[in-house]
Amino acid sequence: MAEVKKGPLGDDLNRRQFFTKLGLGSLSIAAVGTAAFSYQYLEPNVLYEPSPVVNEGKPDRYPLDSVTLDVNNGIYIIHSQEGYFSLSAVCTHLGCLTAWKPELNIIACPCHGSKFEQSGKKIEGPAPKPLPWKRIWINDDGDLLVDRSTEVPALARDSFVKV
Amino acid sequence: MAKTLDHYFEEMQQTRVWRSIFRSGTGSSTLKRALAIQQNVFLHLFSTKVRTRILSFGATWYLGTLTFGTFLILVATGIPLMLYYYPSVPQAYSDTKDLQFVVSSGLFLRNLHRWTAHAMVFLVFAHMFKVFYRGAYRSPREFNWVIGVILLLITLFLSYTGYLLPWDQLAYWAITVGSNIASAVPVIGDKIHFLLLGGHAVNANALLRFYVLHCMILPLTAMFFVAIHFWRIRKDGGLYDHRSEPPPVRVKNSESAMTEAK
Repeated sequence: MAEVKKGPLGDDLNRRQFFTKLGLGSLSIAAVGTAAFSYQYLEPNVLYEPSPVVNEGKPDRYPLDSVTLDVNNGIYIIHSQEGYFSLSAVCTHLGCLTAWKPELNIIACPCHGSKFEQSGKKIEGPAPKPLPWKRIWINDDGDLLVDRSTEVPALARDSFVKV
Repeated sequence: MAKTLDHYFEEMQQTRVWRSIFRSGTGSSTLKRALAIQQNVFLHLFSTKVRTRILSFGATWYLGTLTFGTFLILVATGIPLMLYYYPSVPQAYSDTKDLQFVVSSGLFLRNLHRWTAHAMVFLVFAHMFKVFYRGAYRSPREFNWVIGVILLLITLFLSYTGYLLPWDQLAYWAITVGSNIASAVPVIGDKIHFLLLGGHAVNANALLRFYVLHCMILPLTAMFFVAIHFWRIRKDGGLYDHRSEPPPVRVKNSESAMTEAK
């Protein structure tokens, strides 16, 4: 009659149960590790995406009171009385590219009908947020640069650039 | 002529090679016919015996079988399409146009793939409506209904991932909008969006990821669940026949029920 020996910790594990637990425990640790590595693998560390900073050329390309859409970069360059500013052209609803409607003086999204003012403020439609303002400045060569990854407060004095 | 062909066929069935492949042998006894189903790797998922009335068109409208048929057509047309299609940004669109205008029978294969995909989505819904209104989802078939819902989601996701592959304006904006919907998931939405696209925007990584999902991961997952789905039909008592239900108890009106009670 095999008697269950009490271990030093006073538990009732026999040899088989001990090795079963040891085996299952190590398998669980390995499973957690595999899950973690799999997740890391699926997340790219280096992205070959275009730079968020784009050169929009000389300021005199943009006449006063004009709204210019840069289709490839998804931003507006707007020359207003207060100065130049840049607005994201990507609709805050589901990411469609909006368009400037000069006859109505509004920015409109073709996908689900959101409408925005020239300042990015929403007029109507499903868009949950106004179009964000992007950081704009002039470099040493006198070109307008826009950082699409940095948002700046709308209509704030520092969000405009003057020439 | 026909008799001799039959004769040759019967003779072939007696050969050692034939018997090594098909173990059940021939004959029309109930046992032999049952073995022919039970010992076939494709058919053993199904019941060895079914009532002929459940195989009639009216019982199921064959919607599940038709759905599986569209899946087989999609596999058979999708694999040849992969031979001419590179999932890369500079090539995807022109490869799709080549399939339409240059490759022999490319137009036929691509259009068959596309229309069958539409048909599959329609048939999956039709199958589910039929099952629902017949009440065939009820116990003991609840779990098979759950597997059916998983298969519905896989079907829709297969359609969605296939949509991006032509890499035209329609595809690009549909995937932009669709993946932004994933961002609406609370807390982890942006993470899902990032992992799904392999980046912040619909780009080369997204195209490759959708290609791998569309051609490998989702079809294999679908096959796995389809196998369980078919096997569960047998395990849950065969195809549902509403005529096997006890007749409904009808009470004409409360008065007559009262008099009968007296």
